[in-house]
Formats: sequence, structure tokens, C-alpha cells
Amino acid sequence: MKKLSLLFVFMIAGAWLMHSQQRAADLIVDLMKGDRPSIAIPDFRGSGEAQKFMVIFNNTLQSEIENAGVFKMVPKSMMPRSNPQVPQDVKESARGTGMSLSDWSSPPVDTNYLAFGYTGIQNNQLVLFGWLYNVRQPANPQVIGKLYFGTVDDKGAQQIAREFAADILKLLGIEGLAGTKVYFVSNRSGEKQIWVMDHDGSNQRVFAPYRQLCTMPSVSPDGSKIAFTMFAPAPIIMMHSTEAGRKLPFLNPRASMNAQLTFTADGSKVVFVSQVGGFAQIHIANPDGSGLQRLSNTRAVEVEPKVNPKTGADIVFVSGRGGPQQIYRMNIDGADVQRLTPGEGQASNPAWHPNGKHIAFSWTRGFEPGNFNVFVMDVTTKDFVQLTHGRGRNENPTWAPDGRHLVFASNRTGQMQIYTMLADGTEVRQLTNSGRNEMPVWSK
Amino acid sequence: MKTKRQIGAVLLTLSLVMFAEGCRKKGPAPPPPPAPAPRVQEQPKPKPVITSLTVDPSSIERGQSATLRWSSQNATSATIDNGIGSVDPNGSRQVSPSSTTTYKLTVTGEGGEATQSVTLRVTEPAPAAPPPPPTAPKATIRELVEQMIKDAYFDYDKSDIREDARNQLQQNADALKNILRQVSGTVVIEGHCDERGSAEYNLGLGDRRSTSARDFLVQLGVPADRLRVVSYGKERPQCTESNESCWQKNRRAHFVGVE
Repeated sequence: MKKLSLLFVFMIAGAWLMHSQQRAADLIVDLMKGDRPSIAIPDFRGSGEAQKFMVIFNNTLQSEIENAGVFKMVPKSMMPRSNPQVPQDVKESARGTGMSLSDWSSPPVDTNYLAFGYTGIQNNQLVLFGWLYNVRQPANPQVIGKLYFGTVDDKGAQQIAREFAADILKLLGIEGLAGTKVYFVSNRSGEKQIWVMDHDGSNQRVFAPYRQLCTMPSVSPDGSKIAFTMFAPAPIIMMHSTEAGRKLPFLNPRASMNAQLTFTADGSKVVFVSQVGGFAQIHIANPDGSGLQRLSNTRAVEVEPKVNPKTGADIVFVSGRGGPQQIYRMNIDGADVQRLTPGEGQASNPAWHPNGKHIAFSWTRGFEPGNFNVFVMDVTTKDFVQLTHGRGRNENPTWAPDGRHLVFASNRTGQMQIYTMLADGTEVRQLTNSGRNEMPVWSK
Repeated sequence: MKTKRQIGAVLLTLSLVMFAEGCRKKGPAPPPPPAPAPRVQEQPKPKPVITSLTVDPSSIERGQSATLRWSSQNATSATIDNGIGSVDPNGSRQVSPSSTTTYKLTVTGEGGEATQSVTLRVTEPAPAAPPPPPTAPKATIRELVEQMIKDAYFDYDKSDIREDARNQLQQNADALKNILRQVSGTVVIEGHCDERGSAEYNLGLGDRRSTSARDFLVQLGVPADRLRVVSYGKERPQCTESNESCWQKNRRAHFVGVE
């Protein structure tokens, strides 16, 4: 009898475990939005002088599309030998040469989409003639047919490749990574400062050259403003325009600490941590710091508020109110507080997915204090998935605007550096390697 | 064994002797005094003479002393005024008057008396040389705090004052009250954390640590308006290794004087 009931308990536990594993897997599938369509991108050619920019053009186009994680890439080795360059090339022709749409829609290529075109130099400009075809609808295959203009150099070639890639990604209903930026903190020039780079790690430059230590950046949902925390020497909030780089007014409350500002979905309010009442607690105010109101009221450390970018109705934050730091949620008015993480280990760095349903965060679950890994959680069901697996720190994940990529910081190679990965934890790429780099924020 | 017995015997003998001594009878009474000598014809008595009266040195600064020396003949008694009183007919005496004083020696003998005076000059001591101007500048609040105020340490993820920190902060309170009386400026209480928690959480925790250290000092009477708190979270570690001894060094309230 006893054995039987024990067996029963095991069965229940096993079923529950399988169930929760299944739900975790579903979560990833949900984030990856089902099976990805495939795309074939044969090499583009340049006419005359334009040909010398085609290596960088083709590499950029290829990696922009690949990094977006939206498509399965058709390997070039599987493509027909002839590269189409203009629509006439795929209209009607002999089969098996690449000069027919069915060459692309059937095995071994078996693609959903085909991108093709060519470049030339006209009026001292590098011009791209770019097409995207849906080869599965031969009656009306053209999705994009457009001209792109750039300067006659490598930079121009990169630019037109990115714009073409962005159009491809956008037209499929998904915003690509093209044109997105990653703000981050780097000490490579001495003191920690706010830096910015393109989403693929190129074009790294200092954004706000202050002499004091600057850290903990966050960007408004529309990408127009950036806030960060500066030690002056007590921590204060700094607000800048991302376009002009100039400082914007922000009224710091009289307190030993004001920090970690984030924006509401519509940008009409800001939420941040202030010690103004004696304890570091979460406050809401107008974007210039006026109209301050307190949202949390405990005698515990309460930090890292993040407003739901979809609904604007709830805030996730980190609190030590129940012991070691855990992630909580509350309504935008401070009511209805719930703990999201189950209480084990230390959890921090919550970051909303653009869908407003999931958060990425870092958690020491299964490791000693200080050894964080990146997790994703469904805020409603509290199901979670672990994306990184290792000792050391993997922290500060934030989502790309496409909702399929994450950027995070890791000291997996010894020094803290910035990496991107897909939401299923694959395709990890290192973006930085000079100095110590941390706290990345992916923005439009 | 043998020695002990010998010592015992000696002690016994000694006490018997002492007992016997105590019982011995007093000696015989002294003989009656002799009859006074028959009066003889009075002869002229020699007059007393002061042969010398000196003071050495003859001049002193106030607070120093000098020696009076005198000698006489045919004197049976002698007195010196100015509070010295009767002295031997020949002798010396240390004096330390606060102003110039003339000492008069009077000797008396059967043939009469004689007097002589000596003066001891007392001068004002030279005013002390003014202290040399200080060559080293006065210690700054930064130096004083650095030398005298020690860190208070905390437990992991805690901001309450533990026993050793309580003792340290009590010492710091006394020293700070002293320092703040002597010099102007304020004292910044920095809150620091070890590297393990998130940077964001540690910024809040560091603020809690510096604030509880501040509150404790204020309770002990350190003026609140001279104290400022700053959290550095884990941005300014004192020790950068990843082990408990290093982490403990970083979980601290640190004090810095600011002009």
C-alpha cells in the first residue's frame, strides 16, 4: 500500500515535471513564432566599378537577414549555378539553371523567398536594384522591387544592404534588427561611460562623455530619449536626447540616491528609484521629474522598475522585501503586488518582451550567489525557461525590437562582454571585446 | 626532614629569648642632679659679632632660589626676619622670595646683640619667547578622517549594524565629534557592497548601509548636518578577488572627509 502511494506520488511528480517542461518548450516556440520561412539570397553582382563593393554588400545583407532570426537561410551550396539579377532572369526559361521560379521553390533549394538584384554606379552614387520574390506564388511573386542609393564606398554598400534587409524584414510583418542600436556601459576609456553601437557590434562609440561614472542606461520605447545614472558623487538621473545627444532637463528629488529610470509605454511618465522618503523605493513622475509620486512603500531595497511596454498597466521590479532579491510585479499605481520568481536564489534585471507578456531576467537558480543565468518567464503563468547555462555571470538581458533576439552581458571569457542570442538561447555572438562592457539596452 | 626540625628548634629558641627580654626589669633610677656651681664674680661679657652674611647669588629671577649664609661669634641665638624666624647662629637657608627682599639677621649673645642686612634682588623673568609660527598646515578634515575613522562592516545582503560595527561606530562617533569641532567640512559615508548581487540591487543596498551607519552616528550625537551618505553599490570595490575575505572587505561603510 505504502509502495503504491509512493509510486503514485512519483507519477504525479513526473507528470507535473513533463508538463512544466512542455510548457517551457511551448514558451520558446511562442517566442520564436513557429516555423521560420526560408530565404535564398544568391550573391548580388555589381556592374563595372560597383563590383569591388560587392563582397561587403553581400556579407552585410546576408548577416542582417540571418541575425534577424526570422528566416532559415538556404545554404549557397544548394542554390542553382546561375544567379538571377533582374526579374526577366526568373520569368520563363529552361528548368534547372536557376532561371525559373520553380528551380527555387522545389528541392533541393525549396525556399519560400528569393532575394536578388544588382548594383551599379549612377551619377556618382551606388545604386541597388533589389527584389524580393515569394517563389511559392508564381502568378504574382514580387514582394519588393525597389531602388536604394548610397555613397560609392564600403559604407554606402553597407548602408544600402541594411536598408534592403530592413525592408525585407519589415514587409514580412516583423521589424528587423537593421537600424537598431545597443546602448551599453564601457570602461575602455577609463571611467565607466555610456556607449552605443549598431546591433551587430559595429560602429562602437562613446555616447555621453562625462567624467563621472555613468551606468544603468535605459531608452524610451520610441528610441528618442536615454536615461542613465551618474555618480555625482551620489547617484543622480541624467536624461539625454538620443538624436541630438544633448542633455534634457530632469529634476532629481532631494535624496541621497535617484537612479534606474525607465519610461512608460507612451513616454508620458517615468518610473525610477529614489531614496527621497528615507528608503530607496519606486516612484513615478513626469518625464522632467515633476509631479513625483511614491509607488512602493516598504523598508526593503526596491529597484529596477520596468513598465509593461504593451499595456503600460503593470510594472515588474526587484525587491528584497521577502529576503534575497526577487522579481515582483505590481499595477502601475503600486497596488496588487505579486512575487514572480519562486524565492530561490537571487533574481534581478527584469526586461519586458515587446509583447508585454514575457520577461527576460537573470537568476542564480541552481548556482552560488553571484552566478547569474538568463531566463525567460511568462508573467501570467510564471513558467520559465533557462537560456544560458554556465558558471560566471550572464546578466542584464534586454530584448531586441524584433522580440526574437536578446542582448546580454557575460563574463564567460573572463571579462564582462556583450553578446546577442536568439530567444531560444542559440546563435550566441560576441559584440564587444575591448575593456569591460556591461548593461546593454537594445533600442530602436 | 632534618632541616625542618632544625628550623623548628631555632624558632623556638628565638621566641624564648624574646620573651625573656620582654620580662627583664627596668634599670636603676638616675642619680640626683649635682648642686649648682657657686656664683662667681661677673666679668664683662663679649659682644656678639656677625662675621659674615651673604646671599648667593645676589640676584635671581622670580621663581629661582638663592642661599643665605651667615656666621657669627659670641652669639647664643639668631633670628632672620621676613618669615624665616630663629636660626642657628651659624648656618644657611634657601630662600625664594617673589620680590626683592632685604633679610635682616639679628644675633643675640650675653654681651648684647648685633644686626646686619643683605638684599636679594628679584627680577621679573624674561617673557617666554612666542611659540614659533606653525610650519606644518593644520590637518584637513580629509586627513583627520582618513587617519582616525575606520570602516564598519556588514553581513551579506544586510544593512543592520552588527556587533563589531557597533563598537567601531561608537569609536567613530567620539572621534568624529572631536574632528567636527576642530575643522569645517562634512563627512561622506560611502555604502559599498560585494560583487555578487546585481549592480542595481547593490546600489539600493549600499544606500541602506550608509544610511544605517549615519543614523547610528547621529543617535550618538554626531551632528546630522555634517554627514552625507553616498551609495557606490559595487562600483568601487576595495578588493577585486572573488572570495569571502575579499567580499567582506567590500561590504562596508567607508568615511571620507570633504572640505
